[in-house]
Amino acid sequence: MRARALQLLPALFVVALLIGAWELYVDLSGVDAAVLPAPHDVGTALWNSGELLLRNFKVTALEVVLGLGMALSAGFGLAVAIHLSPVLRRAFYPLAVGSQALPIPVIGVLLVFWWGFGIFPKLAIIALICFFPVLVTTVDGLAAVDPEQLKLMRTLDASRWQAFRFAELPAGLPAALSGARIALAVGVIGAFIAETTTPTSGPYPGLGREILTDVNFQTSRAYAGTLLLFLFAITCFYALSLAERKLAPWTIRPRGEAT
Amino acid sequence: MPTDLQARPTQASRSGGESQVVAVQDVSHAYSGPDGRRVLALSGVSMCAAAGELLAVVGPSGCGKTTLLELICGLQRPDAGTIACAPAALMPQRDLLLPWLRSVDNAALALRIAGLPRARATARAASLFAEMGLAGFERARPSELSGGMRQRVAFLRTLLSGKRVLCLDEPFGALDAITRAEMQGWLARALAREPRTVVLVTHDVEEAVLLGARVAILSPRPGRVIEELEVDSPRPRSRTDARIVGLRERALQVLGLGAPA
Repeated sequence: MRARALQLLPALFVVALLIGAWELYVDLSGVDAAVLPAPHDVGTALWNSGELLLRNFKVTALEVVLGLGMALSAGFGLAVAIHLSPVLRRAFYPLAVGSQALPIPVIGVLLVFWWGFGIFPKLAIIALICFFPVLVTTVDGLAAVDPEQLKLMRTLDASRWQAFRFAELPAGLPAALSGARIALAVGVIGAFIAETTTPTSGPYPGLGREILTDVNFQTSRAYAGTLLLFLFAITCFYALSLAERKLAPWTIRPRGEAT
Repeated sequence: MPTDLQARPTQASRSGGESQVVAVQDVSHAYSGPDGRRVLALSGVSMCAAAGELLAVVGPSGCGKTTLLELICGLQRPDAGTIACAPAALMPQRDLLLPWLRSVDNAALALRIAGLPRARATARAASLFAEMGLAGFERARPSELSGGMRQRVAFLRTLLSGKRVLCLDEPFGALDAITRAEMQGWLARALAREPRTVVLVTHDVEEAVLLGARVAILSPRPGRVIEELEVDSPRPRSRTDARIVGLRERALQVLGLGAPA
């Protein structure tokens, strides 16, 4: 545990350095606090508006977790379908690529028309943004199985399903997990986009919406909210790295860095 | 050593009566080369192995040995000629152990594919680990095993496929000389306990005469059988045995590698 804590030191050092430089810059340049608040002002805002930010954060965190869940299932499921069927590949792969060019506000209107002001339009947007990296990495990972390995499966009389289950699926898993990590990194900004492009009813519309409201006249609170999103993204990323050790333990190299 | 491997009733009854378990007749086969042209790998090859016999196939690199095994295992159909063979399992040149499975799960792969539940399949594979010199390494991943151990796990996986014929493609080709010598002795003992019909492909003439009951010598590509040797020395054989040394010299001469007389 002590060793773990020591491993955090470089990151903490860089963070301290950045905060110091930031504080110094604000002090010396005389930049308007509405443009760039000083770190200690952000800390104060975080303390004073803690309750408001936290309640909004919970809304956003739930969106991210559920949205990513949908993105991972959709990306992985579609990748398997595309891998197993050339017809499905020709039918869906170009569309999946095209889907990434959709300007979110355009479909946001339709999603709200369908599902109203609740969480569902947000989940759909996050899933749309995040499924793609999972899809691409998984498709490549599944195809990267050693062809000799598949030949071996044939000599052992494996069915198509068994060859997939014993050889292709585990071979593709590390790539799929890399895709999941990319998806996770985009997931938080995806939630921001989702919240700011679709309206929400209720007192706590989520941190993204809160930040957008604050950014013009309570900039320090906007920064405090951003800080929460920042920490959340990092936490999720490393949580997934831990899950990866459980799911694909054979990929851990002796020095086992969760990169 | 009574293991559940020896007595597979369906196979025992199927083997009754027929003497040649592997019969390759006038087989020619070409494959597509890198530039798209057809490369003739085998030309008019005939050879056979009786039940329980080890047929060693020796020849220079690129003489179509791997192609021959793939034909025997039914992975490809020959362009010409016929192959009659009991169900055969291939032990590929690279061990091809699945890195995500522990060694006992790798060994049990064929049993899992045959539909056995995981617990029973691994228990059966694990029961053979000691006999294979792998005791204590059941839960190791392939990356944690030495080259010789990986080959043994791969051999066990092939053995547990329950097929009557084992096709071994240069099983010890990638090992260092000392490990290879150990593994040759180990294979001879393993087959003495678990008799199977074996087609062993190798580029090592000594290995061929040491392990084979019969040695087929192939020419450079396109591979043709240029000589067949019977090795009737009793087992266990020693590489310094005069008859083994004599056969080795004979084989090298056929391949054009003999010492000038």
